Amino acid sequence: MANADCIIIQGSNMAECHPVGFQWVSEAKARGARIIHVDPRFTRTTAIADKHVPIRAGSDIVLLGALINRVLHDGTYFDEYVRAYTNATNLISDNYQDTEDLGGLFSGYDPETNSYDNSTWSYQTDEAGAPVTDPSLEDPRTVFQILKRHYARYTPEMVADNCGIKPADFDYLVESITQNSGRERTTCFAYAVGWTQHSLGAQFIRTASILQLLLGNMGRPGGGIMALRGHATIQGSTDIPTLFNLLPGYLPMPSAGAHDRFDDYVASVGTPETHKGFWSNGRSYAVNLLKAWWGDAATPENDFAYHYVPRINGAHGTYQTQVRMLNDGVDGYFLLGQNPAVGSANGRMQRMAMSHLKWMVVRDFSLIESATWWKNGPEIATGELKTEDIETEMFFMPAANHTEKAGTFTQTQRLVQWRHKAVNPPGDAQSELDFFFELGQRVREKLKHSEDPRDRPLLDLTWDYPVDEEGEVEPESVLAEINGYYVGGEKDGQPLDNFNQMTDDGTTAGGCWIYAGIYAGGENMAARRKPRSEQDETAAEWAWAWPANRRILYNRASAAPDGTPWSERKKFVWWDAEAGKWTGKDVPDFPVDRAPQARSDKAYGGTANLDGDDPFIMQADGKGWLFAPSGMVDGPLPTHYEPQESTVANPLYDQQNSPTRRVMRREDNLSAPGAGFPGSEVYPYVFTTYRLTEHHTAGGMSRWLPYLSELQPEMFCEISPELAAEVGLEPYGWATLVSPRAAIEARVLVTRRMNPLTIGGKTVHQIGLPYHWGVGGTAAVVEGDSANDLLGVTMDPNVFIQNSKYVAGTIMPGRRPRGPELVDFVEKYQREAGLSPESGNQLITASDENVERSAAADSPAHQGGHPHRGGDSAVGVSPGKTLGAEAGEEAESTTDGSGGTGSTDGSADGSGGTASADDRSGRVDLRPAEANRKPAEARDEPSETADANRAVDGDPTDGDPDRGYIGEDADAAETGRLGEDDGPRVDNGNSSEGEED
Amino acid sequence: MARFSFLEWPVLRQFRTSDTSGRGESVTSQKTRDTTARTSTADKVVQSVCPYCAVGCGQKVFVKDDKVVQIEGDPDSPISRGRLCPKGAASEQLVNSKGRVTDVLYRAPKAKDWQKLDLNTAIDMIADRFIEARRNHWEDFDDKGHPLRRTMGIASLGGATIDNEENYLAKKLYTAAGAIQIENQARI
Repeated sequence: MANADCIIIQGSNMAECHPVGFQWVSEAKARGARIIHVDPRFTRTTAIADKHVPIRAGSDIVLLGALINRVLHDGTYFDEYVRAYTNATNLISDNYQDTEDLGGLFSGYDPETNSYDNSTWSYQTDEAGAPVTDPSLEDPRTVFQILKRHYARYTPEMVADNCGIKPADFDYLVESITQNSGRERTTCFAYAVGWTQHSLGAQFIRTASILQLLLGNMGRPGGGIMALRGHATIQGSTDIPTLFNLLPGYLPMPSAGAHDRFDDYVASVGTPETHKGFWSNGRSYAVNLLKAWWGDAATPENDFAYHYVPRINGAHGTYQTQVRMLNDGVDGYFLLGQNPAVGSANGRMQRMAMSHLKWMVVRDFSLIESATWWKNGPEIATGELKTEDIETEMFFMPAANHTEKAGTFTQTQRLVQWRHKAVNPPGDAQSELDFFFELGQRVREKLKHSEDPRDRPLLDLTWDYPVDEEGEVEPESVLAEINGYYVGGEKDGQPLDNFNQMTDDGTTAGGCWIYAGIYAGGENMAARRKPRSEQDETAAEWAWAWPANRRILYNRASAAPDGTPWSERKKFVWWDAEAGKWTGKDVPDFPVDRAPQARSDKAYGGTANLDGDDPFIMQADGKGWLFAPSGMVDGPLPTHYEPQESTVANPLYDQQNSPTRRVMRREDNLSAPGAGFPGSEVYPYVFTTYRLTEHHTAGGMSRWLPYLSELQPEMFCEISPELAAEVGLEPYGWATLVSPRAAIEARVLVTRRMNPLTIGGKTVHQIGLPYHWGVGGTAAVVEGDSANDLLGVTMDPNVFIQNSKYVAGTIMPGRRPRGPELVDFVEKYQREAGLSPESGNQLITASDENVERSAAADSPAHQGGHPHRGGDSAVGVSPGKTLGAEAGEEAESTTDGSGGTGSTDGSADGSGGTASADDRSGRVDLRPAEANRKPAEARDEPSETADANRAVDGDPTDGDPDRGYIGEDADAAETGRLGEDDGPRVDNGNSSEGEED
Repeated sequence: MARFSFLEWPVLRQFRTSDTSGRGESVTSQKTRDTTARTSTADKVVQSVCPYCAVGCGQKVFVKDDKVVQIEGDPDSPISRGRLCPKGAASEQLVNSKGRVTDVLYRAPKAKDWQKLDLNTAIDMIADRFIEARRNHWEDFDDKGHPLRRTMGIASLGGATIDNEENYLAKKLYTAAGAIQIENQARI
């Protein structure tokens, strides 16, 4: 980021949430960069910025879409970059219809399942199956022309009216990004969960990706889209995922029906027939994982024990699982350093779900609210639960902290850093490594005489890790397995140096292909600590970044198509013609000897067919995707829809909200009715949640510390002087905040940092709420009501991250009622608004005619030609979508995601992708929908109620990633979303904070 | 206490010791002079990484008598250049928190309070429950006959604050057991 000439921070309060990373923004500013903060609130980030652009929460696509429109209209995009490196020249199927044609729907919408069949979104192909392009960009079916038409109505006037942004501020943004992009200059975007925690979260990131591709800012120093993730290794936990839809290295979890055979699974990951990017080696990545887990039991004859891997058949995300708990469908629940009673949306649902469990294991440092809900929780106070009636057995297992164990964290720009152990854990505290190793030993011992085939995967598992003199597992042995090693032959047991050494015949094994090389030569590369003063700005010898210690993804795009740097000023990786290889300040993210002029006559065919100007090497076609033929379940181009519960009418379409968002129609998850419906006036204000520097997420690592608790002792709400006057709130007095789900109390902070916006001629007041407090934990230094109790669960359909950033509610002076009266109080408002589980959850508001036309759109496969293919990304299993496509996460990451806060990868974006959280790879399916579509029987049920029920049955259908978070670099073109964590989600790589510098 | 002397008047002391800015020796007390930084008397210093957000700031952990006595930013880190935010700077308090619980605690069904439990017993009880929950909600096939080979009886949440190696072992064990409802903060 320090190398950027302009930084747009949107959906993040970086100075507050990532204060030390923010030094690189300050550094960029000191070097002359312009810093712009787009955010509903004036924050610590804004204080450093050159400009604050206040925005209404949830309207980001209107703003970013208008920037795209202006850049295309004015011709200020980076023409050479766009033509060479993106899919702008590709022709899209004649059967594709845009939201501009169908009143807010894309072609392929199925009103039965509320999901898209993406077959009409695909590339036109020739007889050989190669994509058809028009280098002139003039054909109306080119991505370029479709993009122009799609965003033509995103005007400065609409930005003023819907986002509340003044025309002069919009012009300032336009001028800033266009004058700071091109050969000589680069602009960087940074986001966090301010983007991911929306029902359109992944598409927010996608919109930024399109803009950054048009401006030529991907894969270059000082460019990219940075996902600022919120936990020490939320990126790592997306790469080596504790996520339902992923296996290590962004391999998808297999889906029942679609991936019954190993070959089907591999096809969904990526094969040479469908890819020329690095996902074409999908078989090898999968075989190495299976071989690492099941050792001698994994043979070529049994498809490497692929049948041992359990199958998903829908979304088994944390919110779906919680519904399943409420229906008594889950017996046991492990919490590993997470506090969902405070940190997850709709806290009451979380806690009530816990009361339905048979047993629960909480691994943490202290007695957090998720460990004490049965004794001191809010529902005990209201009488909704009685301790003596709760059957749940609770185990509290004390955890070792970061100084009491060795291991790696992966930070937000993919840098994997080893921590050395300082001391032994006290008392019975132990690491998760020891706990899981021991649990595995016990379970295997108890089952050792079993002849039940379902126990074979446990008994055949490679589980023989060496222990040290203290009896603790040696974490480096696990890192070595993650890295990979040779099996048999002369090099038996020796570590792999990189993932290109992985084979698909069982002669190598490796637990996470993207981490291959972290233990190259038997050296723990993550433990490298060469001081920054002894190396250059890239600091390649400080720890290790995946993949291959590369610091900026897709960095081949930092050179022009002919291989020369775009400019001396932005020189990073370039072609050395004399040596015949790519070289520069970073590890080239490209086949090192592939000349810029190299051309293949095959459209796909594996990495040997990457052309010399295909920088986006994780994409099936090597290009950055302005238009995403697959990978995004809610549309190939980002389109503005109003957030759930919005009181503003969608200025573009009758289709008010996203027609594919995932809703949960339940009495304990009611929604405000939305714009134009009676009852919406009961909840007239917008709550938006956020973090503070002095606390950490749900407070488990900060509210128990005296220093931090003293710095931020009490829950508060930020409101404007105008709203304070309107409602009668006194500074530092108490306020009660009511949403359709809950009521909480908070101290009042009246501040100019909040400003009313004029939207559609009406005043919209936004209220800021930090979410770090909770009640009922034991020995916390401070406690307070939890903002997340106010939130409902409505999710992004790509990654299943909930909308936390736009919540309808009302506010009044005074403290909330206590005891059973609190429940009555919340219900009084629900009755007044006439709420039912249907309220606000209508998925389709477009006209019947448009719905019919969308559903009737023909697949291009019928027109002949062989559509381009690609592996699907499989994460998502949403109906109608490709089978897997997931795209990305947090990201967290990423975004991503992660998450990804994640991205199909996360990546998506960048490439076009998706933003989903998870996959960073951009693994997206380009195949004809027929090939990917899930079997009819596996499709989703129609309503969300169904969704909820489905979950109950264990069978929901969608998937998501978080993140993605992906995390990746945003910079790279892909960001995934990541998810965040509470933060954001995806990460980026590029620049990351600091890294680059 | 010694009698007051004009020579000990701070301004004179300042000039007498050439400490013109008054920030050096002239303003230190005997107590200050007798004080030694914990960082200078530590037995060892270990390089680590901050456990809070995802920036990944370098930390130096100072240890004396097998106890963490101080945690500071690592100036060698190209990411953080020695800086820590309020949370990172407070992480010594996290490590030595008074609110930390180091015993295994167990709450029986319907019980009103916790009781202590032996670690070994606890893991054994959890292993038994793990196996039972796995069996209770096992699914071999879906209703179309496609293999599932999974259990819906076990769920897990968390991973963003623990190590990669730990996530790896957790996911490996859960997957082999057929548990699929495995999630972490990245979804939130």
